[in-house]
Amino acid sequence: MAAENISFNVLRHDLVPEHHLLTEEEAEAVLSRKGMTRDQLPKIRKSDPGIKVLESIHGPIDEGRVVKIVRKSETAQEFVAYRLVTRG
Amino acid sequence: MTARGITKRIGSIKFSCVSPDEIRRMSATKIITADTYDDEGYPIEMGLMDPHMGVIEPGLRCKTCGCKVDECPGHFGHIDLAMPVIHVGFIKDIKMLLESTCCKCGRLMLSEDQVKARRESMERMEELGGGTIDVKNFSKETAKDASGKGVCPYCGAEQIRIKLDKPTTFREVEDNHKLTAKEVRERLERIPDEDLVTLGIDPSTCRPEWMVLTALAVPPVTVRPSITLDSGDRSEDDLTHKLVDVLRINQRLRENRDAGAPQLIVEDLWELLQYHVTTYFDNQTSGIPPARHRSGRPLKTLAQRLKGKEGRFRSNLSGKRVNFSARTVISPDPLLSINEVGVPVFAARELTVPVHVNEHNIAQIREMVARGPQPVPEKPYVPGVNYVIRSDGRKIRVTDRNAADVAEGLDIDYTVERQLIDGDVVLFNRQPSLHRMSMMAHRVRIMEGKTFRFNLCVCPPYNADFDGDEMNLHVLQSDEARAEARILMQVQENILSPRYGGPIIGAIHDHITGAYFLTHNNPRFDRFEAMNILFKLDDIKVPEPLIDEKGEPYWTGKQLFSVVLPEDFRTTFKANICQSCKPCQKENCPYDAYVKIRDGQLLCGTIDVKGIGNSKGKILDRIARDYGSDRAAKFINQVTRLALGALMNHGFSTGIGDEDIPEEAALQISNNTQDCIDKVTDLVASYQDGTLEQMPGRSLRETLEVSVMGVLANARDEAGKIAGKHLGMNNPAVIMAKAGARGSMLNLSQMAGCVGQQAVRGERLSRGYWDRTLPHFEKGDLGAYARGFCSNSYKSGLSPTEFFFHAMGGREGLVDTAVRTSRSGYMQRRLVSALEDLKLTSDGTVRNTVGTVVQFRYGEDGVDPARTVRGKAIDLDDLFAEVLGDQADELLHVETSDIGGDYGTLEKDEMEYTEDEESEEFDDLDMDYESGGE
Repeated sequence: MAAENISFNVLRHDLVPEHHLLTEEEAEAVLSRKGMTRDQLPKIRKSDPGIKVLESIHGPIDEGRVVKIVRKSETAQEFVAYRLVTRG
Repeated sequence: MTARGITKRIGSIKFSCVSPDEIRRMSATKIITADTYDDEGYPIEMGLMDPHMGVIEPGLRCKTCGCKVDECPGHFGHIDLAMPVIHVGFIKDIKMLLESTCCKCGRLMLSEDQVKARRESMERMEELGGGTIDVKNFSKETAKDASGKGVCPYCGAEQIRIKLDKPTTFREVEDNHKLTAKEVRERLERIPDEDLVTLGIDPSTCRPEWMVLTALAVPPVTVRPSITLDSGDRSEDDLTHKLVDVLRINQRLRENRDAGAPQLIVEDLWELLQYHVTTYFDNQTSGIPPARHRSGRPLKTLAQRLKGKEGRFRSNLSGKRVNFSARTVISPDPLLSINEVGVPVFAARELTVPVHVNEHNIAQIREMVARGPQPVPEKPYVPGVNYVIRSDGRKIRVTDRNAADVAEGLDIDYTVERQLIDGDVVLFNRQPSLHRMSMMAHRVRIMEGKTFRFNLCVCPPYNADFDGDEMNLHVLQSDEARAEARILMQVQENILSPRYGGPIIGAIHDHITGAYFLTHNNPRFDRFEAMNILFKLDDIKVPEPLIDEKGEPYWTGKQLFSVVLPEDFRTTFKANICQSCKPCQKENCPYDAYVKIRDGQLLCGTIDVKGIGNSKGKILDRIARDYGSDRAAKFINQVTRLALGALMNHGFSTGIGDEDIPEEAALQISNNTQDCIDKVTDLVASYQDGTLEQMPGRSLRETLEVSVMGVLANARDEAGKIAGKHLGMNNPAVIMAKAGARGSMLNLSQMAGCVGQQAVRGERLSRGYWDRTLPHFEKGDLGAYARGFCSNSYKSGLSPTEFFFHAMGGREGLVDTAVRTSRSGYMQRRLVSALEDLKLTSDGTVRNTVGTVVQFRYGEDGVDPARTVRGKAIDLDDLFAEVLGDQADELLHVETSDIGGDYGTLEKDEMEYTEDEESEEFDDLDMDYESGGE
């Protein structure tokens, strides 16, 4: 990950789950598959360290983009969640 | 739905400010006089008790709507205030608005670009599902950004900083000029609508100047009814008193102002009016003295009616009292089924179920009504009827006198409130209701006596005992409720706990001892004994007896136990009495601890807690999972009766004599303990002369403490071991401990052997006097006795110092429990209020009430924990065993004992552990503090 301008890359930490920025098409696909609207997604703040790292890779991330988070789960090995980037 | 009388449905609710205009429009009358009643006792028109505002006296009619007492909802009136006053409830918002807008032109002090950006952000936020709280926080930020400017960017006016003198006065900092409410109102009026939107206020429903009152809404008299005392005097509500104050001052202020009184007097009166209006809203506003009643009691005004534990919300809305409920002491009845509850006749006669009369049941119901509310003769119990509700909604109380007439007049479409009968579905509950099993549906059994009775197996889910506990019972009133309760809440549906996927309802205490006697080493029962045990069970097939040497028929215990198992039941596990010897001899276990069931026949092994106990019972667990809840309920009912039968056949009792140990054993224990104490003395000596070898990472002192604790713990264990050896498996106390019925080997070794080291915070006792715990010891004594070691047993009796140390250790346990319960209760409350409105939707997501996703899949795997095998979605070992049969054990080298492992160990056992710890040190006080808590 090219994240030089970030002092500490939180995504490399063991306890921080994977964050992936979805393209608009991917986001739409996810939403239609789940039958949800954007406003029903859980939120993540733009100021979140995870988003900061993604921004250093993808450039500025607008509000309303969708982030895919893959985390280790005790019950289901791996679990995929989606979050909507919001102000803050 | 309309059939139920629902004609309109609430789409949404919006809370907003009310404009003075609207106050006047909705007002039924203007209030101008502070007098309430005239000399004849009639309410004065345009007074506070004006009959236009509703009626409180029966017989009178409302002058606005013409309705009688319970029909008229009441109507608001209004007071026109002579001068505007600030509403305390909005003081923070007013301050925010004054600070963020220009004092001259009223514009929001942000540049146009900033405003535009803010507005866009806000719209975006709403679009992306930001809640009202987000909007509020964002608006606050906007206001903060706009405030504190020196010059207005629009008109260039210089800004004067404003300070709020609590509770309701604004002051300009520079020249100490007090802003009057009128000035505040004028400034708020100047704020343009567009700027309000930016600040998160909807100007169409709420203009900020409405936060400064020019008219005061007067609540209907029905909200503040006056009470007529026995002496005939009227006593007015606190709100009325307060309104009288407001009116009086308002009147004086108006007169003075109109008469052109000096500014100072007018201002004083204005301030007084502000005080009265403020206390009318909230009499606990900080910074001003609360308004008091003549007697000196503070008045209960609007905010006080709503706030706090005794307020409308917590006391009247969340804590509503209900009809059709009963509460009494509980007592046990092992002969009831687990899903029954014994209801005393006295309660059953009061509690009713509504029955709709139709052409099929009218004859039957007529007969019931004719019996009246107190049918004679009293025995046997037959239900009577307390009320008959006619089809027009009139409710007729049935009495012995009118019963015959009412029965005669009974017609189709009437509803009859029938007394309880056997089989009615009721909810049964014990506080604190900590989990869903605290409230379960039971079937009614009308019984003699005055207590609620239920099966002992249902004690653990309610956490009930019979030392005076009381429980509540609620009778379900509609078919929907009954269906729901029957499907979701009945006791058998809750056998498997969602906490750990194992049974929470199962055999306890004597049931387990009984099962042990029935099956351990396969005893023989002759015809008399076997029938005595079996006759308590219904719906069983008596197995073919075996024939003994003398030609007499007999049954084995394992045969009798197999009677209650499902026919094709199979399982293998190790019982609680297992000594975990290596290698396991399986079927040839010397302790009869290897349980093997094939085709519903118990082939070998002893049934104890691991078989049928609550939270550990594997047989129970399997039956509930594989054969359904009804079969599990039947199994529990039968197995407990069987066990009790076996126990009664055998006879069982325990007493202090069970802890008797032979003299040589006692000598052995005291020698061993003495050895250990000597070892401690040696350790202390080596510590003092510096020869003690320090452990890595520990100070010398810590090293000493650790080794001493080790030696003394060993002393207790050794004492326990010696005592255990002499007590043997024929000792009732040992049987209970080993089978898992009650008590532990630790309890026994403390009673028979040695109580052991007492500890506070996990360390040996060290507090009290300087360098010593008690004046009985020398200063600096680090020996075993000086630091809380009890070498005596409970039975032999503690020495005075030991007793004191024991109390020290016990006190810690008590404090811990007290702290733990209050803290975990608070934590639970916080958790519940955070999670209460989440629900699982049909697509598997967990969502809140707005529809926002909280979890994309329930528990991330979508599995109901109540249907798991100790938390795992599927039990592979079990599946293999099912497919491969006995081969599975050999093929997979599956340690069958570990199937179904120790689920429930996580939480339940931890609880048991602490429980044990407490009772181990505080057995005798156990009862005292338990009942003290009730």
